[in-house]
Amino acid sequence: MIGLPALYTLAGLLFAGWGLMVVFDRSHPGRIGSTLFWGLIALSFLAGDLLGDVANGVLVVALVVLAAMGFPKRGLAGEVPLAERRASAARLGNRLIGAALIVPATALIGTLLLPQLAFVDPKQVTLLSLGLGVVIATVVLLRWLRLAPVHALGEGKRLVDGIGWALLLPQLLASLGAVFALAGIGEIIGDGVAGAIPQGARLPAVLAFTLGMAGFTIIMGNAFAAFPVMMAAVGLPILILGLGASPVVVGAVGMLSGFCGTLLSPMAANFNIVPAVLLDLDRSAVIRAQMLTALPLFVFNTAIIWGFGFP
Amino acid sequence: MTPLLGLLVLVVGFILRINPLAVVLAAALTAGLAAGLEPVAVLAALGKAFNTNRYVSALWIILPVVGLLERAGLRERAADLITRSARLTSGRLLVLYLAFRQVTASIGLISIAGHAQTVRPLIAPMAEAAALRARPDLDAAGLARIRAMAAATDNVGVFFGEDIFLAVASILLIKGVLETQGIIVQPFELAVWAIPSAIAAFLLHGGRLLALDRWIART
Repeated sequence: MIGLPALYTLAGLLFAGWGLMVVFDRSHPGRIGSTLFWGLIALSFLAGDLLGDVANGVLVVALVVLAAMGFPKRGLAGEVPLAERRASAARLGNRLIGAALIVPATALIGTLLLPQLAFVDPKQVTLLSLGLGVVIATVVLLRWLRLAPVHALGEGKRLVDGIGWALLLPQLLASLGAVFALAGIGEIIGDGVAGAIPQGARLPAVLAFTLGMAGFTIIMGNAFAAFPVMMAAVGLPILILGLGASPVVVGAVGMLSGFCGTLLSPMAANFNIVPAVLLDLDRSAVIRAQMLTALPLFVFNTAIIWGFGFP
Repeated sequence: MTPLLGLLVLVVGFILRINPLAVVLAAALTAGLAAGLEPVAVLAALGKAFNTNRYVSALWIILPVVGLLERAGLRERAADLITRSARLTSGRLLVLYLAFRQVTASIGLISIAGHAQTVRPLIAPMAEAAALRARPDLDAAGLARIRAMAAATDNVGVFFGEDIFLAVASILLIKGVLETQGIIVQPFELAVWAIPSAIAAFLLHGGRLLALDRWIART
């Protein structure tokens, strides 16, 4: 059955390729450290399941130590000059836009069609279709532009060098969530919030719930981590069982209150930090741009639960 | 010692602007040790979670495609298209993108666009080109603000569109959490209650995007 391991093999080979590029680049400013960084990520993708938990933990520590030492360093190879890109854009025209749609279109069609195939893991169709789209788009682009495969590696390397160690932040934050859960942090926070609410009052209880959802999401960077905690501490015992609120409204709109927190959280790296790096912005620029949308929406969500949550 | 020390490490580390990877690792170790776990057990828990969450980083395989498209001039072509259609301002373009993201996310198509796939190679250069057409002397800070709004629009579109789709992870999580307490709800009811916030998000953020056009004209 084709599942995530296929995607991980592809990613592992790509990171290994980036590592090899550094090895062969004699002008590279930080060869050993950067090779180790990309190589360890490749190892994690290719052999993570064989390593065992402790070895994987050591791998994480090694990656973080390398990042703290300033690796991976950017290679010296630059971008194709602007004049050349302009000439290429004029020559290729709107077919370029079409080529840009190969990955989205494959993801769309694959998500709809792949579940019909018996040899594809039905739980992972979107990720797998995306991977398939990447393979198709790479092959098509290389043939169309008459480039050797090493150029795909090189252009990817240019982008991944721009992202640097920030590339690992989303995955590491997701792992932090698991350790925090193990340490019981959710229960402690939930109990604290529940203890602070006056008995029988609707608006303070609703506010404690939505503020708790948004606040805990800002700290954890993920509304999924906050939801079970705030539901167990406030949503269920106080709002639904105590005050008779509708579980549907509390659940649905409570989650959306958490999403307002995601828009404000530096811990939500893949939504707020990665795009800032990709677009060459200050690290807090995306969060600042979202603030005036997130705050009124938070008030709106709170008002919905308060006004329509108590049938 | 309370595991909350882990949170403290996290917040202080971010405020002091220490390398975030180091801060996150320190927070995980602190929380685990403060909860009374053995150091090796914390390391194992972290390693196990890191290995399970590899799919988060697997999506970087898109980068060679984006790089090749950029090399072939996609950003320049996208900017060209915008410069030709006089009525498509930065704000209007981003409103269209917001609607596109909300509608496609609401039928479950979240990964078809995103910061690496569409915002960097297509949407951000288009929005910048439109702004420069309206205001050729717009400075670097002004352009940075437009790129930030392009990224924000992608996030708002997905967050306040995806919960209308029945099978999305967050809907299933809500249903699952309520079920552990013996409360059975239907995904359809939950999705319906995501609609008012989706409309509010469109009006609020869309209004801000149109205000961005006025800001560009004024600056």
